[in-house]
Amino acid sequence: MDWGALHTVLGGVNKHSTSIGKIWLTVLFIFRIMILVVAAEKVWGDEQDDFVCNTLQPGCKNVCYDHFFPISHIRLWALQLIFVSTPALLVAMHVAYRRHEKKRQFRKGDQKCEYKDIEEIRKQRFHIEGSLWWTYTSSIFFRLVFEAVFMYAFYFMYDGFRMPRLMKCNAWPCPNTVDCFVSRPTEKTVFTIFMIAVSSICILLNVAELCYLLTKFFLRRSKKAANKKQHPNHENKEETKQNEMNELISDSCQNTVIGFSS
Amino acid sequence: MSWGFLRDLLSGANKYSTGIGRIWVAVVFLFRLLLYILAAEDIWGDEHDEFECNIQQPGCENVCFDHFFPISHTRLWALQLIVVSTPSLLVVFHVAYRENREKHHGQKLYLRPGKIDGSLLCTYLISLILKAGLEVVFLLLFYRLHNGFAVPRLVKCDIRPCPDTVDCYIAKATEKMIFLCFLVATSCLCIVLNLSELSYLICKHSKKRYLKRYTQKHE
Repeated sequence: MDWGALHTVLGGVNKHSTSIGKIWLTVLFIFRIMILVVAAEKVWGDEQDDFVCNTLQPGCKNVCYDHFFPISHIRLWALQLIFVSTPALLVAMHVAYRRHEKKRQFRKGDQKCEYKDIEEIRKQRFHIEGSLWWTYTSSIFFRLVFEAVFMYAFYFMYDGFRMPRLMKCNAWPCPNTVDCFVSRPTEKTVFTIFMIAVSSICILLNVAELCYLLTKFFLRRSKKAANKKQHPNHENKEETKQNEMNELISDSCQNTVIGFSS
Repeated sequence: MSWGFLRDLLSGANKYSTGIGRIWVAVVFLFRLLLYILAAEDIWGDEHDEFECNIQQPGCENVCFDHFFPISHTRLWALQLIVVSTPSLLVVFHVAYRENREKHHGQKLYLRPGKIDGSLLCTYLISLILKAGLEVVFLLLFYRLHNGFAVPRLVKCDIRPCPDTVDCYIAKATEKMIFLCFLVATSCLCIVLNLSELSYLICKHSKKRYLKRYTQKHE
């Protein structure tokens, strides 16, 4: 699995994310993808070879393994990581569309276009407002849904998050109820709990980011409404300054991690 | 997408470190990361396959292996390397925040955004304390989970379904112990480096503040 390609895509989106989004991305890469590649894949590497059943009946071990592990933990995690990262593509596509529009305006020689050259358009960072706000918020919502669905699927398929040492199996062609022993159950339980804990942290980060974006949106609206009431004709200089300060506080950590910059 | 990612992370953090911090990064790369990549797969790769018990009872080997190695040495080692490198990100985030602030204000707010002073000094000290603390936690985990740092050749196991006390033999016990000793020694070295850097920074900045106060008093 080439996680490097995912890293490239998400690194590009990172530039336009909020600070919480950047922290989420760091947690995703360091504590989930890296742990999966470096440690977890090796723990589950011998899961079928070292799955032992107390019987000589050919086929019994295969059938029992398939019954207890319909899909391996590793594959389920990899799927979860892919699904959870994919909504960021919506943001990437929206940003690409905006850039394309600005380049078109620039080439037409539009007077309103404030850019000096194409390179500036390519490097520009878009603020999360207008239609991009809706795309970004939807992507966070989908991320939340996918995380929750996969955590539930995990719990449902494996009857909890614990890996037992011994499983009793009586699927055909096993002649009777047969004892089957799983390899490295404690280590697998530890890593399962670790991955579930980090998923929960990611869910919390996504919820926090969603709340932050909604708060920012409603604050902006109420300020605009208050402004229109008080000064219907001209823009409030204080409000512009306050907005800039808010953006400074909220959109910090621009170039957070080497390798995340586009 | 593997250890190269961690290497890039640490190289980024290295730019804002002191001299001792750079020695720490070098120790982590050369004596820990490289050693891990070199040793872990070759020595611990067949730990389960070559773990042999003096019994034919199916499941006995699995259960005994799981009892004596709840978490493999290599996994704990890898986790330690990742977790101990992560506090450096705090410093990287803080410097990025400073650079962003300067960009927004359009003027120079700091002498150099990466200079360790003011709030960046606090962040740096916190990251050092976290690094040292996490190293100690992992050393304790190693000690508790594997009953010390020694790897015995023979372990006795009597867990169900093993019918009686059974002799189980660990593969490459001496080689594993040598590399574990090396791991412990380099961890201790990293703890010493972190604590030295902590003391150095505290002394340096206390001296600066004292001199400033002294000159202000006499002015």
